[in-house]
Amino acid sequence: MTADENGHPNLTELGYDERSPVAVDEHGHGHEVELPEDPFADPGLEPHRPRATDIDEKVAQKAERQVAALFALSALATIGFMVAYTEVPRTAVVNFFPIGAVSASNFALGMLLGIALFSLGAGAVYWARTLMTDVELTQERHLLESGSEAKAQAVAEFEKGVADSGIKRRPLIRRTLLGALAVLPLPALWVLRDLGPLPGDSLRHTAWKAGELIINDNTVSIDGSTGQGVKPEDITIGTLVQGRPKAALTAGDQYNDLMAKSAILLVRLDPADIKSQQQRDWGYQGIVAFSKICTHVGCPVALYEQQTHHMLCPCHQSTFDLSDGGKVIFGPAARSLPQLPITVDADGYLVAKSDFDQPVGPSFWERG
Amino acid sequence: MKSLSTRRRHPLAAFVVLALGLAFAGTLFAAFVSPAASADTGESAAQQLANGKALYISSCSSCHGKNAEGTGLGPSLVGVGAASVDFQVSTGRMPAKQLGAQVEAKQNIFSTQQIQDMAAYVQSLGGGPQIPAAGQYAYDANAVALGGQLFRENCSQCHNFAGEGGALTDGKFAPKLTQTNPQQIYEAMLTGPQNMPVFSDKVIPPAEKQAIISYLLNSRNEPNYGGAGLGRLGPVSEGLFIWTVGLIALLLCAVWIAAHTTKASAQKAAQAAAAGKAGK
Amino acid sequence: MTATTPHAAGFGDGTAPSTPAGKAADYLDQRLGIAGAAKKNLRKIFPDHWSFMLGEIALYSFIVLLLSGVFLTLFFTPSMNEVTYNGSYTPLDGIKMSEAYASTVNISFDVRGGLLMRQIHHWAALVFVMAITVHMLRIFFTGAFRKPRELNWLIGFGLFVMALLEGFAGYSLPDDLLSGTGLRIAEGVVLSIPIIGTYVSFFLFGGEFPGHDLVPRLFTIHILLVPGLILALITVHLILVFYQKHTQWAGPGRTNENVVGLPLLPVYIAKAGGFFFLVFGIISLLAGLVSINPIWTYGPYVPNEMTAGSQPDWYIGFLEGSLRMMPNVEFNFIGHTLSLNVLIPALIVPGILFTGLAVYPFIEAWVTGDRREHHILDRPRNVPTRTGIGVAGCTFYGVLWVVGGNDLIATHFHLSLESITWAGRVVVFVGPAFAFWITRRICYGLQRADREKVLHGREAGVIVRSPEGEFSEVHAPISDGDRYRLTAHDVHRPLSIAQAADANGIPAPRLRRAKLRARFTRWYFGTRVEKPSTEEYRESITSGHH
Repeated sequence: MTADENGHPNLTELGYDERSPVAVDEHGHGHEVELPEDPFADPGLEPHRPRATDIDEKVAQKAERQVAALFALSALATIGFMVAYTEVPRTAVVNFFPIGAVSASNFALGMLLGIALFSLGAGAVYWARTLMTDVELTQERHLLESGSEAKAQAVAEFEKGVADSGIKRRPLIRRTLLGALAVLPLPALWVLRDLGPLPGDSLRHTAWKAGELIINDNTVSIDGSTGQGVKPEDITIGTLVQGRPKAALTAGDQYNDLMAKSAILLVRLDPADIKSQQQRDWGYQGIVAFSKICTHVGCPVALYEQQTHHMLCPCHQSTFDLSDGGKVIFGPAARSLPQLPITVDADGYLVAKSDFDQPVGPSFWERG
Repeated sequence: MKSLSTRRRHPLAAFVVLALGLAFAGTLFAAFVSPAASADTGESAAQQLANGKALYISSCSSCHGKNAEGTGLGPSLVGVGAASVDFQVSTGRMPAKQLGAQVEAKQNIFSTQQIQDMAAYVQSLGGGPQIPAAGQYAYDANAVALGGQLFRENCSQCHNFAGEGGALTDGKFAPKLTQTNPQQIYEAMLTGPQNMPVFSDKVIPPAEKQAIISYLLNSRNEPNYGGAGLGRLGPVSEGLFIWTVGLIALLLCAVWIAAHTTKASAQKAAQAAAAGKAGK
Repeated sequence: MTATTPHAAGFGDGTAPSTPAGKAADYLDQRLGIAGAAKKNLRKIFPDHWSFMLGEIALYSFIVLLLSGVFLTLFFTPSMNEVTYNGSYTPLDGIKMSEAYASTVNISFDVRGGLLMRQIHHWAALVFVMAITVHMLRIFFTGAFRKPRELNWLIGFGLFVMALLEGFAGYSLPDDLLSGTGLRIAEGVVLSIPIIGTYVSFFLFGGEFPGHDLVPRLFTIHILLVPGLILALITVHLILVFYQKHTQWAGPGRTNENVVGLPLLPVYIAKAGGFFFLVFGIISLLAGLVSINPIWTYGPYVPNEMTAGSQPDWYIGFLEGSLRMMPNVEFNFIGHTLSLNVLIPALIVPGILFTGLAVYPFIEAWVTGDRREHHILDRPRNVPTRTGIGVAGCTFYGVLWVVGGNDLIATHFHLSLESITWAGRVVVFVGPAFAFWITRRICYGLQRADREKVLHGREAGVIVRSPEGEFSEVHAPISDGDRYRLTAHDVHRPLSIAQAADANGIPAPRLRRAKLRARFTRWYFGTRVEKPSTEEYRESITSGHH
């Protein structure tokens, strides 16, 4: 069985009699329905039916006035916008239901600009819908493909040009040209070398070192230049202290770079709850310090649940168990939070015993 | 532009009103509430302890034990302090209806006097953080900026940048701070209820606590300058908004532009055609 | 021939235009020779359908982005140098921040109309990517990407990717707590790239994160490089739409060889021009009424500060969900670390998803062996397998998207984070398969309903009782136009192995490939709902079924 282009089965092949007994007879009576030869044929464009504006000038005039009103409204709102820009104080606040208190200037400017633009657009569209033609027109569409002759000619022209160049006949030229073109883009990468320094081992070190004072973040002045240390007795069970190395107070414009690796958290656990001896040893009387930088992709983890000892990262919900060496118990992070070994100095303040024993933050290829 | 007539002229107007309101509330508090806590009402300290103990026995001891020593159902209350009792009871968390992942705030069933009595009783058992005085959590306009910095460092990771709350593990959550009163916020920092860490006065000094509270009060009364705040939840609610309201508005325009204009009724069209012919 | 006289220029035959418009046209034509092109194109026909306007929304929001963006560049300082804030927003008074952040706060509070422009810019960005997405879905589900429009599909795909990049760069510029957090995550993702990741990260950030270089670099990318590329690609995209003429829906008088609609001048000039102002107007109203990205409440970026609800704009949300959902797989070997827990969700999954999207037209053409030009759109129900694939893809994306907001879902619906994540881990695989299956079923069902309608008419809503006492509903015959519309589509058949081999013009040798292809086409077209045949139609008419 074959089918026509639209997939309709070929009738004659099916043995279908074109002069079906139910088809229209020559006398044109005695039949309920008239059956077209191909009931699925394209009946052609439906005849145009007029709109009210096409036949009734009064309706058309009304539409005209409506369009004009929209354009006039737009102009008014545009002028209003300029007035509001100069007249509504920048800091005024306006209260209105149901949004509440908002900036008066932003509200007025936004509304007026919105009205100016929207009514201009609405006017144009309404004009097109009511008064411009809605008689559908048909345009021919031609295959985009050129004829085979034209294609052959184009190919011939191309080959003629290639032949003229002699690139096929002279492999030495061809190969050196390709070679030259192949290396030419490399400088584009080469010149990017000075975008930044090489990583070296900078990801392996933080600002922590032996004896570095732990500054309690909450005692740091608003300009970040002064802050105080924290003593073990200040930290009770359940307390969370966020800390930074003393070096951060003088880091100046390197502050963010420093904090991106060196931010820490201190909590006190019941030593009996701590699962490993190393964790106890690296802590001080149950106080343990962990890197605040998530080992997944580097967000600051700080959602500490004091009863469960869970530390949750709000970005991707990696959950670390601080009583178990900062081990990952849920989420996409693969490595425990690094622990910072701490002790107290001569004045009784908590200090770092050394730097972290491993790189903090997200993994990287050379990390190992 | 009528709605603009209600505008306030100065950017600090809101804060001034707020400060005045708080001062007024504070005065009221001082006038009506504070005396209840003192012996002036005629209630002696001994009486208060006795009342507190009676309330404790009837409402708390089933979980926390006859002598507040703690049971399998609830922790010991020795040393938790009056601040803890005031926070837990005044926010309705205690007495807990049922134990779950988290005990949630609900309607408080005790009078201020009763809470004071219980707090005094628990305080007498083993000390602990005292209920802060009104001055400790009063709004301080000059501390808002510092408070914001401290809030973002200590609080927003759980409670969100605008105190709208956030999720914790296993169905627990950090509650909204938009309804909590300043005294309760202070007590929460001091005592670390449930899974919230403790921020003792050594860790966050009292002045810094007051700064955080000032920031929160400022934030909750701050206008959403740009318009409706969409819950102050960040980009998720903005995305939701544009994919619903924004998309629908734009699609309605598209439909309006593309849809056929309503045609005249057949009758009218016929009339017009006839008239046209007659006219010719 | 008097054409040599200096005054004889005009319409060539010596007549000079008299109207002002005619004079202007004449002036231009004498220099550009555009009369031919203008004659052909001024009254060019465009078909009318709401779904054809989605791409326009994207175009117009891009223009809005350019306009508002230019305003913002006048006041924005792309610098990460530290300053102490002393502007009029007192809750940030005395706080240290980057110049980028400080200038953004200044735009919001000290530049009149600045907040409005910021909000217009940001809302327009959300609309831009949304409109591109919805437009792409329309193209996909109606098969408008088929020959000859595959190249334009690729250009559109390029625009989509550029829009994502552009959006992310813009989101990162103000250097507030959210944008800094986004960049921190981006750094973590770059670091996870094997071998070169660490170096790429150091070159990108000019050293260690966050450094001082990124905001100025992103600024150039955001205001020059990517918008330039977008503008160029949009131009080509539109030229191709114009040149290839718009597709249209099947209907009476609408065939593969014509285009039916209304003329560019005046109707589409008015409608499209009007639509620009409508889109701009809606965005302005949004910006006046609804707050977006209130950076002053987020605070400046500091690497040790954090907020709950740290999320990207919606179009990066699927990556966020992908990262959240991934189990923690990481390998260490001979001194190296391979972080599949970051690499897979952030680069490989979107890589596969996007590659699939880009090459789909070519895959479908290969599977179906269809090499004809198509200018009539498919109704999605008539190509059930494609529609199923599309819905499955949307489901996959949707699951990632939803999990990207799992913390807010947890708090608002009282669920646990872990259970949402676990549900996501399962549904991301099961969901698309189920969506594919159910969508195909629905499509077949709808096709059968169409067939019924053609054969037996539509239900008229009138119940009659026959003389025998039987009740039945009257079916009214559908119009010739509707009958044509419902049967104008092709019912494709799977290729036989021989056809599969032949369609490439390659006889038998590559048999294995042909077999594979034949199997694909069976999967694609194996189940079909045939259109009613003329015979069936006549039978239904004469047996009085309607």
